[in-house]
Amino acid sequence: MTQGAPFNVPFLAVAALIGIAFYIILSQRNLIKLVMGLGIMASGVNLFLVTLGYREGGVAPIYTHAPIERMVLPVPQALTLTSIVIAVATLALMLSMVVHIYRHTGSIDSEESRTMKG
Amino acid sequence: MMSKIVRTISNILSLFIFVYGLYIIIHGHLTPGGGFQGGAVVASGVALLIVAFGSHNIHKSLKEHHLSILESGGALIFIGLAFGGIATVFFYNFLVGSSIFGHIPPSGPNPGDIWTGGVIPFMNLAVGLKVLAGLSAILLVMALATSVMEVEE
Amino acid sequence: MRKIAMAASLSVFIAFLIAATLVIHPFGYPPSQMDDYIIENAQSETGANNVVTAVVFDYRGFDTLGEATILFTAVTGVVMLFRRKKRE
Repeated sequence: MTQGAPFNVPFLAVAALIGIAFYIILSQRNLIKLVMGLGIMASGVNLFLVTLGYREGGVAPIYTHAPIERMVLPVPQALTLTSIVIAVATLALMLSMVVHIYRHTGSIDSEESRTMKG
Repeated sequence: MMSKIVRTISNILSLFIFVYGLYIIIHGHLTPGGGFQGGAVVASGVALLIVAFGSHNIHKSLKEHHLSILESGGALIFIGLAFGGIATVFFYNFLVGSSIFGHIPPSGPNPGDIWTGGVIPFMNLAVGLKVLAGLSAILLVMALATSVMEVEE
Repeated sequence: MRKIAMAASLSVFIAFLIAATLVIHPFGYPPSQMDDYIIENAQSETGANNVVTAVVFDYRGFDTLGEATILFTAVTGVVMLFRRKKRE
């Protein structure tokens, strides 16, 4: 059934992306790099959703001028649309908060603005 | 505010981008695309105008409360269409088989007929309005804020 | 101390991810009972040629309502954060 490699290679790519993003979120102190790590994790999750619904030798699930083949599953693609829009909204809100932190404290290092000043 | 060549070309090019985005929104039930994708394309046209002309010049004619009216209108139309078929269930497609947008396509591959789809083309327009107004408002507000910061220092 | 906790949690997470790629279904053959019904009956029930749009706006319209709410809330938050003080 799986020709070639003994593992499923796309799911290994998803695991690599999510693992790298988790390491970035845990270890970086610069706030812009933290936001980039969250963006990489969002891309990994979207890739996972799309590769869940792939059927061997399938075409896009649209009936306008469609070739006579089997179609891939449409529901994971609908979930991916929603997930991309939510990731855009979350990243916009986080970046505007980073701009505000820079204006108030003067640095974008997360260790310097740890305690809340009165 | 960039040079005269950039301003002229982006004036002409942004019209093509708006027409392309509107095409993707309207033909959402026949070809790949729909409300969210077309709204993102139109917002990228607005981003081109902001970069070419400077955010202060765009802010003279496009204020935030115009965009907020567009976005709220889109959301209200979407919820109103969802309540339209409340006799059966909450999101019922009550226009299939009736006279407006009510043809039923033959099953299997076919060249698309634009008068199909029921309530889906109206929902595509509402969500497209909402997404383009929302993303343009985010771009405009952030460009204004960071340009003011450059002037102060 | 912090480095020990970070290394432990990272190794547990990556072990969980690798174990998940070994247990999941093989790549081109998903279980598809609901999607077969949707591909068969989308044109006669909703009247749209694009099955993905029919799923987003008709079979799962409630998720689209939730996502529109999230987009509205995020735009409200960003515009509120950058409001300038009125000079008076």
